[in-house]
Amino acid sequence: MTASFALARAAAAAATALPHEGHGAAEGLLSGLLHPVTGADHVVAMLAVGMWGAQLGAPAVWLLPVTFPMVMAAGGTLALLGMPLPGVEVGIAASGVLLGAMVLFEARPPLPLAAALVGLFAIFHGHAHGAELAPGESGLTYSIGFVAATGALHAAGIALGLLHRRPAGRVVLRAAGALIALAGSLFLWRAVT
Amino acid sequence: MTAAERRGLLLAGLLIAALPARAAGHLVSTGLGPVYDGLTHLLLSPEELLPAVALALLAGLRGAVHGRRALLLLPAGWLAGGAIGASLPLDAGPWVAALPLLATGALAAADAPLRPVATALLALALGAWLGLRSSAAADAPWAGWLALAGAAAALFMLVPIVAALVVSRRAAWARVAARVAGSWIAAVGLLQLGWSLRPD
Repeated sequence: MTASFALARAAAAAATALPHEGHGAAEGLLSGLLHPVTGADHVVAMLAVGMWGAQLGAPAVWLLPVTFPMVMAAGGTLALLGMPLPGVEVGIAASGVLLGAMVLFEARPPLPLAAALVGLFAIFHGHAHGAELAPGESGLTYSIGFVAATGALHAAGIALGLLHRRPAGRVVLRAAGALIALAGSLFLWRAVT
Repeated sequence: MTAAERRGLLLAGLLIAALPARAAGHLVSTGLGPVYDGLTHLLLSPEELLPAVALALLAGLRGAVHGRRALLLLPAGWLAGGAIGASLPLDAGPWVAALPLLATGALAAADAPLRPVATALLALALGAWLGLRSSAAADAPWAGWLALAGAAAALFMLVPIVAALVVSRRAAWARVAARVAGSWIAAVGLLQLGWSLRPD
């Protein structure tokens, strides 16, 4: 009973404690969680990464979610340090086109090539989205939310990719790849015009 | 336990005995006293909590022996570091907070094949560094021995829970999930490094 009360009290204290931990911690976390899922260009590419990984099977399906967040964070760090990356928006849009096409055609390049392709796009996504923090928000909690939400999108993509195990599911998955490539084409059109 | 680890524990014990009697203040006030304040402080400080989680993930991935050593030495290191930090001002830059996140997260993500003694030393060093930074922070003069004990108790609970969850899972996907969690922590550390070094 006492322990339950202590836990409840500690949980209740969180709301008052957050301002002491740094202004904007909660806002930063919420912003980081929402940012990846409210950008359609980011969402479709992350889903495609997960779906393609599922199509490729082990070890790609596991290697990818382990390495992607770190490469993406490296892109975000480049942006935070003020290092420009030309053609970021084009790169992000191209990621939708190419990754969608990989899913559509069930492409099976060598693992290092697949990892390099995904890693290259991870830098663009990290550079564009990893450093978009509103004034007053905590960078640390924004980063936690951003990484977790992106990881959740990967997991959703992998879960969708499990359809690959069924004959009808393969068709559905390839159709989803076509839609992602189409969406990426629209993003690309917008980026270059 | 090796001789080096025994010496580390003895040093931690001596430092605990030298802790200041009273805290000058509290970063988090739960209303339940300094022990719970310390416990809550750790759980609400991601820059301190996440490296500890990453270390527990790594220890769990390496096996039960690693987990047992981390269980004892991380809190012991925390107490030792906290004791030093209570009387030694430390003005490390914010970028320093990113390094434990980055290092422990990367080790867990890589499932680094450490020997038990290396995990033990890593736990001791990480605990000492986190405790030192926490109690020496200029805006967190909370390092009474009860508060430090509360934070150490939180670590003592956290490490076995996380490590045991990993150790007990033999399925490949579960081990990969632990590595993914480590990579997320490393990614957060890398971004935090960027935030702290960002030109104004």
